Amino acid sequence: MSTYSLSDGLASGAPRTSRAPWLATWIRESGVGVLASVAWIAFGLSCLWWEDVGDWSRTHSLGIAALVIAAVALFGTVASDYLGSAGRALHTRAPWLVALGVFLTLWEVATAKFAWLPLPFFPPPQSIIEVYTDDLPKLLDSVFASVKLQLGGYLIGATIGFLTGVSIGWSRAVGYWVHPVLRFIGPLPATAWLPIAFFTFPSSWSASTFLIALATGFPVTVLTWSGVASVSNAYYDVARTLGAKPSFLVLKVAIPAALPHVFVGLFMGLGSSFAVLVVAEMIGVKAGLGWYLQWAQGWAAYANMYAALIVMSLLCSGAITLLFAIRDRLLVWQKGTVKW
Amino acid sequence: MVAAAALAEAPTHATAGAALDIEQVSHAFDIDGAELPVLSDVSISVEPGEFVALLGPSGCGKSTLLRLVAGLDKPRAGSLREDEVRIIRPHPSRVVVFQDPTLFPWRSVWDNVALGLEAQGILKSQRQRVDDALDLVGLSSFRKAYPYQLSGGMAQRVALARALVNDPRILILDEPLGKLDSLTRITMQAELVSLWQRKGFTTLLVTHDAEEALVLANRVIVFSDRPARVKADIRVDRPYPRHRGDPYLADLRRQILGLLGLDATW
Ligand SMILES: Nc1ncnc2c1ncn2[C@@H]1O[C@H](COP(=O)(O)OP(=O)(O)OP(=O)(O)O)[C@@H](O)[C@H]1O
Ligand SMILES: [Mg+2]
Repeated sequence: MSTYSLSDGLASGAPRTSRAPWLATWIRESGVGVLASVAWIAFGLSCLWWEDVGDWSRTHSLGIAALVIAAVALFGTVASDYLGSAGRALHTRAPWLVALGVFLTLWEVATAKFAWLPLPFFPPPQSIIEVYTDDLPKLLDSVFASVKLQLGGYLIGATIGFLTGVSIGWSRAVGYWVHPVLRFIGPLPATAWLPIAFFTFPSSWSASTFLIALATGFPVTVLTWSGVASVSNAYYDVARTLGAKPSFLVLKVAIPAALPHVFVGLFMGLGSSFAVLVVAEMIGVKAGLGWYLQWAQGWAAYANMYAALIVMSLLCSGAITLLFAIRDRLLVWQKGTVKW
Repeated sequence: MVAAAALAEAPTHATAGAALDIEQVSHAFDIDGAELPVLSDVSISVEPGEFVALLGPSGCGKSTLLRLVAGLDKPRAGSLREDEVRIIRPHPSRVVVFQDPTLFPWRSVWDNVALGLEAQGILKSQRQRVDDALDLVGLSSFRKAYPYQLSGGMAQRVALARALVNDPRILILDEPLGKLDSLTRITMQAELVSLWQRKGFTTLLVTHDAEEALVLANRVIVFSDRPARVKADIRVDRPYPRHRGDPYLADLRRQILGLLGLDATW
């Protein structure tokens, strides 16, 4: 399935008329790339030019790295035509590269060089890099613990939610019993269970898994149910006249037809389970990124907190990207889905 | 009824088509507590291999009757039988092409056509039949397309292929050609007739178009306004292929339009 993006069209579709002055053409084609390079040179120089107001060990390396990125951006822009898809990718992202370079320069200057922002609370970029290089083992352990907990809870919650949703949508009897329970318990934020869960479960790990599963399960159940319930009777009629048995109607009609709804539920469940994960790690589990944040706060290690936040947002957005990739594979038959 | 007598004489040799008996069927729907009678004492008996066209004003109950024949709904009164066996639930020997194509949007064209064989658990050994059915409606090159990529007429042809692939004994068609352009429509009509002649299934065709009914069917049944009653049961004794300009058909057409209350304009 091909998606059309405006910048692709601009990159490949722009006619190269020989009558246009070559300089104007070159600026239009490569101007942003050059600008990106300039922004990163500025960032690199801002690191190297002035003395740091504090004691950070990675300032020099960061400045060099910024200059390398600037060189890559420039080279990529100039040689864009010969780099194929990598060149095109760079071309479409060049405006972002400019913005990022400018932002980092301002950040560097405002913190490490002139301390316009109050210092311990707004650490400079190099101190965050320092966390990634010097505190890597602990950070990786935390990432691993978080991913493990999240994945287990999410898969359990999604599976149970899906099965419950299909059963309620399909069977009146199941609906009669489960629906009131769902209405009563579902809207309760999963975090409200935290104190009880940590006492009643044998380990904080099982308690958090339960809470994450709960937070995931509710939206998945409700949306799967509504998906199954809204399947048009016409589809069942067609399948029945062609000789379909009830199992076929569930597996090959109800579930595929409900799948777009199911994915909305999975998406919502992912969001609310992230919240539970972080809170659970901050309160009860002695591992994971939430715990790392808590620990860093205890030591007033602000750079570590920002570093952990960045990792966390990368993980969350990565999880959603993965979910959307799976959805796009399964729902190719749908047109006009949102690209993440 | 004349046809009932004809059935008694009909030899019960093994044909592909099944006999269909609709006996004193009445049906009604409840709308807001009020009863809406839709079919009133309808009796039709169809011989094996007959091609029967059903004509009637919009909303008179034609689709409702087809649903009863398919076994999707139960009549309030009366009974329906396929080869003397009472129809109580759907069966792949009676396949319906609905008024809307209702393709499954999550399945490709090929998979849509394969639906019946898959539901009956015989797809693995009979994949060729799906290809053949697609060939028949001229959509082989669209086997991988999804329904949203089809035009209305193509979707209707896929629906037809999805029905034909099952080798039904009674083919139930609810205005299947209504959405086609007139050219494709004429082609498909010819295809339908040759298919019917070749396979010998019994056909029940609902249509709005008197000319279509006369070109295709050997029997045209005209219904009254709702609740539908059989108003006329007309035999069309004309060999195939039939010509639209045939004065005999033109005469019948005038007669049918008269029954439908359109005599003033024709
Ligand atoms: N499921 C239903 N519930 C209530 N009323 C219904 C239902 N299905 C059909 N009807 C009513 O029954 C009547 C006959 O409907 P039907 O679909 O059989 O008409 P039709 O003859 O096929 O018309 P058309 O030629 O326009 O398709 C209509 O008045 C309709 O409102
Ligand atoms: Mg109808």
